[in-house]
Amino acid sequence: MNLEFTPEEVAFREEVRNFIEANYPKHLGDTGLREDLAREDFVAWHKVLGEKGWSVPAWPEQYGGTGWTPTQRYIWSEENARVNALMPLPFGVSMVGPVIYTFGNEEQKAQHLPGIRSGETWWCQGYSEPGAGSDLASLKTTAVRDGDHYVINGQKTWTTLAQYADWGFFLCRTDPDAAKPQEGISFILLDMNTPGVEVRPIKLIDGGYEVNETWLTDVRVPVENLVGEENKGWTYAKFLLAHERSGIAGVARSKRGVEKLREIAGSEMLDGEPLMSDLDFARKVSQLEIDLAALEITELRTLAGEQAGKGPGPESSILKIKGTEIQQRLTELTLEAVGSYGTPLYGNIANVPGDAGSNQYPIGPDYAQHAASTYFNMRKTSIYGGSNEIQRNIITKMILGL
Amino acid sequence: MDFNFTEEQDMVRDGLTRMVRENYDWDTRRGVVASEAGWRPEVWAQLAELGILGMPFSEDDGGFGGGAVDSMVVMEEFGKGLVVEPFVPTVVCAGGFLKHAGTAAQKEEHIGAIVDGSRVFAFAYAEPRGRYDYANLETTAKKSGGDYVLNGHKSVVIGAPWASHLIVTARTSGERTDKQGISVFVVDKSADGVVTRDYPTVDGRHASEVYFENVSVPAEALIGEEGNALPLIERVTDEAIAAQCAEACGAMKVAHTMTVEYSRQRKQFGVPIGKFQVLQHRMVDMYTEYEQSVSLTYLATLRLDADERTRKLAVSAAKVRLGQAAHHIGQEAIQIHGGMGMTDELAIGAYFKRLTIFDSEFGNVDHHMKRHIALS
Repeated sequence: MNLEFTPEEVAFREEVRNFIEANYPKHLGDTGLREDLAREDFVAWHKVLGEKGWSVPAWPEQYGGTGWTPTQRYIWSEENARVNALMPLPFGVSMVGPVIYTFGNEEQKAQHLPGIRSGETWWCQGYSEPGAGSDLASLKTTAVRDGDHYVINGQKTWTTLAQYADWGFFLCRTDPDAAKPQEGISFILLDMNTPGVEVRPIKLIDGGYEVNETWLTDVRVPVENLVGEENKGWTYAKFLLAHERSGIAGVARSKRGVEKLREIAGSEMLDGEPLMSDLDFARKVSQLEIDLAALEITELRTLAGEQAGKGPGPESSILKIKGTEIQQRLTELTLEAVGSYGTPLYGNIANVPGDAGSNQYPIGPDYAQHAASTYFNMRKTSIYGGSNEIQRNIITKMILGL
Repeated sequence: MDFNFTEEQDMVRDGLTRMVRENYDWDTRRGVVASEAGWRPEVWAQLAELGILGMPFSEDDGGFGGGAVDSMVVMEEFGKGLVVEPFVPTVVCAGGFLKHAGTAAQKEEHIGAIVDGSRVFAFAYAEPRGRYDYANLETTAKKSGGDYVLNGHKSVVIGAPWASHLIVTARTSGERTDKQGISVFVVDKSADGVVTRDYPTVDGRHASEVYFENVSVPAEALIGEEGNALPLIERVTDEAIAAQCAEACGAMKVAHTMTVEYSRQRKQFGVPIGKFQVLQHRMVDMYTEYEQSVSLTYLATLRLDADERTRKLAVSAAKVRLGQAAHHIGQEAIQIHGGMGMTDELAIGAYFKRLTIFDSEFGNVDHHMKRHIALS
């Protein structure tokens, strides 16, 4: 038993670090979780990675993957986190891509995989519906066969960044009379420019427009866009969710976040001393760091299992629960650290008078500007991807056997 | 990166699992713990025979060339059975001092006797007013001719009633809390002036208050450098913490499994209580705490030979997290067992008590949190 990386892995880290240093788009800077990013910002790094052949590291090599081991992929994500790089969106790369190359036909692979690899096509996920939430199987959107088309009607919600999307993958009910709610659901690819698709952004508590309501009214989709078999969509949806959950721990990002928190609390003052030397505050930071160390080793243990050929099992639910709790506590502590400069509503503050053209915020230190909105935004993590309560149900069933 | 155990380690685990099953069923343990001796020398002899007591020593020292991971394997199995025999005081603590700082003569005299089971040690470091500070010492060792003369009072010395020898920390110079001036001695418990008051502990072990009244020991009793033992004490106690974390993992695992089993059988309102989601999620949280504890135990164990800061950070992280998890899992196990969890008859209470005491050994959550903060 040992924790050291092999010489090959150390060399790999070096290679990755150099590549990121030389190629990460400078204008993106330390983007983190800024809400003011444009579609081009998201796509910029993806394009560079696509050219290098590193945009879909986890895919099988025949579809353009890298053939990296799980450990190499972990190193890759750590190195990206080190510079807080804006990573390719998961909807194409981690979600619909694997479904298409696993269950799709040759035409679908040829049509969709290149755009996902290059970052040219922007995807969104049409799973959730109003009133369904984590009870995904209760979805009501219908797809009715009409000749060589499906006619889709219904309403989806929480469709992340759908306002920019070219394509979406949607779960629709194709057999309303199925015996169980999980049966009779199909997995359909939808061109978001099809008539009858309407996307309405939802303003969230952090002030951003990250998600949307998606209304589908008599949307006609060619039957070729069905993935796999009709009425078997639940199988593909579950497969996709398991993929979504691996990597959800966000250890590398949180490690970077704790470093940043220490910097902030080192410059914020309390009673004439840096906040970081206050025992009450330091205790909370150390607790976070200790929990993060435990999560990191737990993730490495899971990775080692994966490397030995075990797929991501129900243990990944632990990673989701602990990872999101830690992300939330981190953003909460960061907000606490910035003190009263967490209060201004930064998006609404005009530029400094006489400094026309500047986009610098005038109030408080830089690091305070996103503290509140990030904290607000991160409350989503224990809700999405199957709420943490659902994760506990999974562990109850699959591990405790209750 | 490698989280696999070697074939030998797997074999040791299998052997211990059998041994614990044969010797440590619940009724037998209760009887032993309640007996006057409080332990079984024959089990100790069996451990020696299986090679367990010699595992972490190098082959040069008469051992089997294992290391901290081997001790982790052993202690996890001990934790599952709530084994009381003094592996940590004898093999990890006394063995650690001898291994890291003993002279050839000291190794020769003591390690072989530890390996063959003929010599049992206790580690007398804590004092009534010192709490968890190894440097806060009132016990003194004054040089007198070629000898040292020990005076003082050591508290809650685990396993001392069973021990033939003691490892004792004492001040050879300086003021009460100075980091310098601390030395470590090996003392024959039957030496003149060693007075003990023995008693059982709440978690089924036995301990002593140990008083030194002008106890004279020869210069050869000094382990390591005179006056500069604090780094050595910290290293050995870090090794002891890692071993006890593994023990706690074993105990947590069993406490959790017992609780899940119980919730399957106990019915209320016509259904097994394990069907209630509010209890399911609490048992999931226990399980999560256990898995995180295993991870930090690995981390601490694998960092024992790293540089001092890295080692201390990993050990303190483990001690903090496991102290919290031990309380959490112990308390939840009792709660979910309901009134039955309060009875002395059920094993779950014994696991709860051992997990409770685990926190206060070698520094509790608050102590190690402060050490972690100071190093961060």
